[in-house]
Amino acid sequence: MKEPDADANPPVDGGELIRFDNVTKRFGSNTVLDRLDFSVNSGKHVTLIGPSGSGKTTILRLLMTLTKPEEGTITVAGEQLFPAPEKQIREVRKKIGMVFQQFNLFPNMSVLRNITEAPVTVLGMSKDEAAERARDLLEMVGLADKCDARPMQLSGGQQQRVAIARALAMRPQVLLLDEVTSALDPELVAGVLDVLRDIARTTDITMLCVTHEMNFARDISDQVLMFDSGRVIESGSPEKIFSEPENDRTREFLSAVL
Amino acid sequence: MTSGLWELVLHGIWVTIQLLVLSGLLATAVAFGVGIARTHRLWIVRFLAGLYTEIFRGTSALIMIFWVFFVLPIAFGWQLVPLWAGTLALGLTYGAYGAEIVRGALNSVDPAQREGGIALSFTPWQRMRLVLLPQAVPEMIPPFSNLLVELLKGTALVSIMGMGDLAFSANLVRLALQQSAEIYTYVLLIYFVIAFVLTRGMRALERRLKAGIGKQVGRTPDERLHAPETAGVGAGGASS
Amino acid sequence: MTWDWGVVADFMPKFWDGLLVTLEILALGSLISFVLGLVWALLMRTPTRFVRWPVGVITEFIRNTPLLVQLFFFFYVLPEWGLTWSALTTGICAIGLHYSTYTMQVYRAGIEAVPVGQWEAATALNLPVRHTWTAVILPQAIRRVVPALGNYVISMLKDTPILMTITVLEMLGQARLFSQQNFQFTEPLTVIGVAFIVIAYPASLLVRALERRLVR
Repeated sequence: MKEPDADANPPVDGGELIRFDNVTKRFGSNTVLDRLDFSVNSGKHVTLIGPSGSGKTTILRLLMTLTKPEEGTITVAGEQLFPAPEKQIREVRKKIGMVFQQFNLFPNMSVLRNITEAPVTVLGMSKDEAAERARDLLEMVGLADKCDARPMQLSGGQQQRVAIARALAMRPQVLLLDEVTSALDPELVAGVLDVLRDIARTTDITMLCVTHEMNFARDISDQVLMFDSGRVIESGSPEKIFSEPENDRTREFLSAVL
Repeated sequence: MTSGLWELVLHGIWVTIQLLVLSGLLATAVAFGVGIARTHRLWIVRFLAGLYTEIFRGTSALIMIFWVFFVLPIAFGWQLVPLWAGTLALGLTYGAYGAEIVRGALNSVDPAQREGGIALSFTPWQRMRLVLLPQAVPEMIPPFSNLLVELLKGTALVSIMGMGDLAFSANLVRLALQQSAEIYTYVLLIYFVIAFVLTRGMRALERRLKAGIGKQVGRTPDERLHAPETAGVGAGGASS
Repeated sequence: MTWDWGVVADFMPKFWDGLLVTLEILALGSLISFVLGLVWALLMRTPTRFVRWPVGVITEFIRNTPLLVQLFFFFYVLPEWGLTWSALTTGICAIGLHYSTYTMQVYRAGIEAVPVGQWEAATALNLPVRHTWTAVILPQAIRRVVPALGNYVISMLKDTPILMTITVLEMLGQARLFSQQNFQFTEPLTVIGVAFIVIAYPASLLVRALERRLVR
């Protein structure tokens, strides 16, 4: 097992990396996030849990700038991501990578080029260097032999592992994982979770995770945030949240999903 | 028919093909330029591109041809060689229909692909060039194929302006022979053969491009029903 | 660039005459294309390929060759065969025939879009074939095809000027005649160009609205 991104990340200093201040997000008349405040420290692995529609995925999409909040400020590594001019958004965004529920690989590119394209065009890395790193990453996710395959030729689990490699190739400080196993057949889930567990153990990357896999959440997280109706209603270590939740809603939710 | 008359027809075919290629190139450029502009994030760009398509799709190709041949020289002092005047009128008109095809295909790319591009910090133009266009272009080929046949049919309109294309040569032969059935049948057959070659070529192109992104060729009946309104003569469904 | 409103005023009476002829072509041409297109579509569903094959070839041929040349064919060849129709009648029939090869595709897609379950239900109820078509399939298909047919009516409108070439005095024919008599090209051509947009654009908005209501 290599440590592909150890050099790219600052040491774990426990300092604040992500900060939401007073963030409100509405879709039409539906308020998904209501004056949300929360922060994530560098190097932490944070899992967001809660009933669907509670705004967990929206937080990831806000951080990835796929959608914009109505109010509030979002800060990443001391630089404002929102509100900010377009140029600054683009710079800050480079610190963040995302893995999607539906993989979102580019079907028009080979597996290798899916991984090398952004480092080459966005970071200005040389093609050879990008390809070499991509091969390392593919090896890490156990797909070294699939370089020249097309995404459509891979199983869902394999596609998702390529998507993880693609996100890591940009050496992000933060990795957002949006329900990364929900679209997979049950027998393919374990392979993807193993890869993520390895990354969590061997790198300093900060992970923000939305998942329904409670075992996985318990396994990798340092911190679990329970969401309900656009607010954090409880947070703490996985041991605490999963074994002795304080909030009734948390207890209700956990008894329904566990 | 004498060999002299056949030479006339051959020359007509050559003019038709020249006109088809030139106006096809102009129409493609217009289609991509205006079609991409219609997905721009600034409303004023979208509006101007939309205005262009509505005006050129709203009026008739033949009226555009009259306009370019008669009004442009008087109003602006631009006297164009007939071949270029025909190219301009046909390219601008059919380009507007093509722009709708480009826009539709771009909009039909899964929005998740755009998000994938954002997550990798691509700029909007990089997303367009690397992610959206490579996936949208294969989808454009079947409607472009229909539009190309419409353009071929449209080239016949320039014969009204006295340009010596295939349709014009038919009229000359009719006058020479004082007899119509034979020459018009031949000319219609020649147009049909050209159209046949074009659609076959486009189908092969589609198959190659779609193989590149791992997709199957073929459309559902429902998609055909929603095919966008196209050229002067309609376009609608794929050929049977 | 010079623009003379006086010329426009002189042209307007001719313009209205031309508009009337254009609308006449459009109404009758549409009618022919709607009916004939349905006939083609139904013939293409007959079980024997001795019907399907010739119908397929002929309609494909008409669809892939220029209306302009077809128009000349009918205008010059029909009299040689002893059929003397007026230019207007010839033009209306030619444009109706040409567009029927498009509407046939619309009907076909509409018929294919009716769920298989509807056919199966009709069989289960033991409905006669004729009745299945008229009471079950076509009513559902027609509803879906109305917007697409509307689009072809708009396309046909934009092709009506071609009839000018066989001496029909529709809008463009009137404009050309006027231009040649008065040596004024800009005004009449621009007036009819605008007229086409003024008719076609609202019509296409209407079709889009219909599409939202009927098809989804």
